[in-house]
Amino acid sequence: MNDAMPRWADIVLIPIINLVLALLVSGIVVAMIGENPFEALVFLIKGAVGSAYGWGYTLFYTTNFIFTGLGVAVAFHARMFNIGGEGQAALGGLGVALVVLTVPWPHWLLALPAAIVGAMAFGALWAAIPAYLQARRGSHIVITTIMFNFIASALMVYLLANVLKVPGSASPESARFIEGARLPNANDLLPFLGFPRSTPLNVSFLVAILACVGVWVLIWRTRLGYEIRAFGHSEPAALYAGISPTKIVMVSMLISGGLCGLMAINAVMGEAERLVIDPVQGAGYVGIAVALMGRSHPVGVFMAALLFGVLYQGGIEVQYEIPGFTREMIVVIQALVILFTGALDNMVRAPVERVFLSRRRQPVAPEPTTPSQPGGHPEKGQAEP
Amino acid sequence: MTEPLAIELRGISKAFGPVQANRDISIQVKRGSIHGIIGENGAGKSTLMSILYGFYRADSGEILIGGKPTEIPDSQAAIDAGIGMVFQHFKLVENFTVLENVVLGAEDGALLRPSLAKARRLLRQLADDYEMDVDPDAVIEDLGVGQQQRVEILKALYREADILILDEPTGVLTPAEADHLFRILNGLRDEGKTIILITHKLREIMEITDTVSVMRRGEMTATVRTADTSPEELAELMVGRKVLLRVDKKPATPGDVVLEVENLRVVDDRRVERLRGIDLTIRAGEILGVAGVSGNGQSELLEVLGGYAKGTGTIRVNGQPIDLTGRTSDARSRRARGIAHVPEDRQREGLIMDYRAWENVGFGYHDDPKFGAGFLMDNAALRRDCEGKMERFDVRPPDPNLAAKNFSGGNQQKIVLAREIERNPDLLLIGQPTRGVDIGAIEFIHQQIVALRDQGKAILLVSVELDEILALSDRIAVMFDGRIMGERLPSETDQGELGLMMAGMAGSGVAA
Amino acid sequence: MSVIEVIQLLDSALRLATPLLLACLAGLFSERAGIFDIGLEGKMLASAFLSAAVASYTGNVWMGLFAGIGASLVLAAIHGVASITFRGNQLISGVAINFLASGLTVVIGEAWFALGGRTPQLSGGARFQAITLPFADAVADVPILGPVYAQLLSGHSILVYVALLCVPLTWWVLFRTRFGLRLRAVGENPAAVDTAGVSVVGLRYAAVMICGVLTGIAGAYLSTALSAGFVKEMSAGRGFIALAALIFAKWRPWYALGATLLFGLLEALGNRFQSLDILGVTVPTQFMQALPYILTVVILAGFVGRAIPPRAGGEPYVKER
Repeated sequence: MNDAMPRWADIVLIPIINLVLALLVSGIVVAMIGENPFEALVFLIKGAVGSAYGWGYTLFYTTNFIFTGLGVAVAFHARMFNIGGEGQAALGGLGVALVVLTVPWPHWLLALPAAIVGAMAFGALWAAIPAYLQARRGSHIVITTIMFNFIASALMVYLLANVLKVPGSASPESARFIEGARLPNANDLLPFLGFPRSTPLNVSFLVAILACVGVWVLIWRTRLGYEIRAFGHSEPAALYAGISPTKIVMVSMLISGGLCGLMAINAVMGEAERLVIDPVQGAGYVGIAVALMGRSHPVGVFMAALLFGVLYQGGIEVQYEIPGFTREMIVVIQALVILFTGALDNMVRAPVERVFLSRRRQPVAPEPTTPSQPGGHPEKGQAEP
Repeated sequence: MTEPLAIELRGISKAFGPVQANRDISIQVKRGSIHGIIGENGAGKSTLMSILYGFYRADSGEILIGGKPTEIPDSQAAIDAGIGMVFQHFKLVENFTVLENVVLGAEDGALLRPSLAKARRLLRQLADDYEMDVDPDAVIEDLGVGQQQRVEILKALYREADILILDEPTGVLTPAEADHLFRILNGLRDEGKTIILITHKLREIMEITDTVSVMRRGEMTATVRTADTSPEELAELMVGRKVLLRVDKKPATPGDVVLEVENLRVVDDRRVERLRGIDLTIRAGEILGVAGVSGNGQSELLEVLGGYAKGTGTIRVNGQPIDLTGRTSDARSRRARGIAHVPEDRQREGLIMDYRAWENVGFGYHDDPKFGAGFLMDNAALRRDCEGKMERFDVRPPDPNLAAKNFSGGNQQKIVLAREIERNPDLLLIGQPTRGVDIGAIEFIHQQIVALRDQGKAILLVSVELDEILALSDRIAVMFDGRIMGERLPSETDQGELGLMMAGMAGSGVAA
Repeated sequence: MSVIEVIQLLDSALRLATPLLLACLAGLFSERAGIFDIGLEGKMLASAFLSAAVASYTGNVWMGLFAGIGASLVLAAIHGVASITFRGNQLISGVAINFLASGLTVVIGEAWFALGGRTPQLSGGARFQAITLPFADAVADVPILGPVYAQLLSGHSILVYVALLCVPLTWWVLFRTRFGLRLRAVGENPAAVDTAGVSVVGLRYAAVMICGVLTGIAGAYLSTALSAGFVKEMSAGRGFIALAALIFAKWRPWYALGATLLFGLLEALGNRFQSLDILGVTVPTQFMQALPYILTVVILAGFVGRAIPPRAGGEPYVKER
């Protein structure tokens, strides 16, 4: 090991420190509004994982966040920041609704694969335009994906209010999906675990786990993943190696958008069973926190998604237990996680690295590390072993 | 010593993490003199000067300016102490005018107009005094490098610098521009200014300095009067032992033509023509060395041959034309045609610095069936391949799991070289093979290049080091301003003639 | 449409453009100094909340304004610490700030007022009142020009005029002062500023703080002038529209005025008409709402007048030899 610190510290220790800091600040906020943060934490955990009912919701939210977290993570590997998960997931919902509403599905086993294709295709489509503009016109993907979130939201409102609305109904939502397209929930699949009928956890959770495996294979075991990571590390090197930047930007964003869109099979097909105005409910943004905290690794994404699942479900329960507490507190925690793991990473990393360096220096003379320097004039920082 | 000292450093040390960049350095520079600091890449020259300019703080030691102990915590303190610095990479705001750049940071008062008016007057005067004519209203990005460098000098003079530090100032200049710069520097010295010139070029030291200090591995090995020394002695002090740049090689036995280039042109993003009609041929079993000051089109030549710059003209490999603009004009297709490429900048292009060594040995060849079937990669195969390469090319430490960034420059280069040479290419493109590489590895790398030639491969060698070109090449082509000025045989030319050609002053005539 | 209707529409456009203009100029200072700021939305929201809250407590809108600016400055300082001191990713920091504001305003609002995230209705001295410009009544009857002066230009709150004055002021600061020269330089090439002996960190913090003040005013305007109190998520994407306007304006103050007036007009049109018939084609109101974003994408795509951002934008400054 020649990096400043061992891998486990980078992957486990630092995210945990970041999380603790985020929870600490959140606790202070809770205390400042006059509530007891420890009491809130107990209610939160109890509400999220203290019952089969709680688990049913926690894992339902987790499923959403796995999809969007994986989506953001794949884009991160190509060094692109996809803030457009929100819009891509909404369009994914549209894709699911169109697939489900146009065919009289006899059984969910047929409907689900078709809905997966619909969700991914529409999510990918919504990522395709910003991706193309980034690849070919150099338009900043962050700004264009933000703009596309707003455009998606306007588009969804228009479609639901004018096109997909059930004639005669006042509410802007699509017709209810037919029984043949109903996904089995946890109660149907695993009745012996005691999930109540009402919990929304459904078979999409298994799809999410498969997606984790799929993304792991894609990033670390395929040629495409090799190219995506190479491009993410260095664009000039990718060009030297004959890797087409256009291809990587397009493909990784299409996969990213597709994964975000996939969220809709859980939220739209699995839970709402109709298309509503905002089926995403901020999950696209949570995906950013999840990918950052999970270090863009599927295992990390899964863990972080579970954490946010707990926070979301637990937060709702705390609201019922403590009158002065609002579930928006979860948004605060989410913000702090993004802040500490994403933007203030160096604040935590530098001291931790120093600790590891000073511990390592005494026993053996360490190998020098070379910071990669643009310009190719390695003036210093190199010595021959 | 009775003359006043402009600068004195006492026992300066500086470490970056585990790397000791400067160790106990002491130096004395007399007022009104030109003092050279010479050393290899990585010897610690730039670090020392960055300490003097307040970019870094020394871990220990003392700085005396004009005999007074001076703290230099930041650049402003350096400027206040009368120090001006011209960096190797200019620090200019590209879309500002010359005037705005000169004034920036040295304005008089909160409003711009009076500052700009004053600067305009002063610039005119400085231009008259030191023949440094630049249009004050020109925008920096429209100026050539020589002119931009003058703006940097003017910036320092505008701040009334008495001590001027120049870091590798001639790296981007033609010999004619360099001569002009030296005239300016001589003029400044005659005015009583003190100049510190950092370079790794012996010729410049001998030509212009009064005294010279030699740095090696972070230490100051000697300070001598230039008149009392010789290039040979300085070279020995620099590298620590006699350098043997003659590479043992048999005469070339060229075979069939491998590479033919006709009227090759490249236009860059700014619509500047970087290659203006290149013609060259390379036969099997020969090394064509391309000499030139960096920035005269050599990089573009490598990039277009390597497949990642677009160009027009004709390139044939083994008699078959190559696609220069279409769908197969990328680096991948070039590799398929038997062209291997060791790029000029291994850290930026040749390696993914965060990839482990085993991942890097497949870089560029990652779709070779050898490294996996279908869309999956066989990481075990890559690891095995890496272990073999590390042994054959003596990469140290021989650990495939180490990230590329954790190898030294020489060992990084060996990884790239092993990857490219072992593909058994028909044509090897190799740029700056020993830049930032230690002496021990240089010999090894040179031997590998000659061995590849002896196997009957065609090699295009681009280097800014004339010694390297002369030692390795079977033929030498000199590039200037996007053109080939002429070709020479190494046995029939010398550094002087090549230097003139590199400045675009002589040439024509094709050897062999 | 009658002249009066047109004037009413333009009047409404000016009101709606004001917060966009202030936020756009705020972003201009920040981005010209090389600090991307997608947290305009969050700063505006935080300011809107705190200014309404303080105004309702004290009954004094000026106290509210200062509190709002303070809230915005705190978030700006977080952005500064993350992106300048710790060289973090500026975009991620901005995202975090947006969520922080979105969550905290509701959490604190509920704790203080228990009104579902809203503040009490503001009235009287707790709101910015319309100002009648001199002679507005006297010239009101002059054809065309009278109503333009009396109804379109006169009768806004003081913050509208402040915002309009900020345009020439910003231009002057940026292009006629030492500070402006250094600010622009630090966004283009911080190394040039650093080697010239000027503190990159100091300049960038200054820019981020100016950005905080201006977004603070924008937020206060939302809750104490445009509306009478804070409502959950009341910034409603205006921070992003301001960002869009900034790109549209190519990071220039006068263009910023034009861009924000255009986007204000679009919003006014969307509010006034459920759908518009243009040459026989029915344009739904949702399209009008999405138009600023669509226009920005078109500009970003470079099909109409390419926008070139400051070169060092988004890059943390690390010293290099």
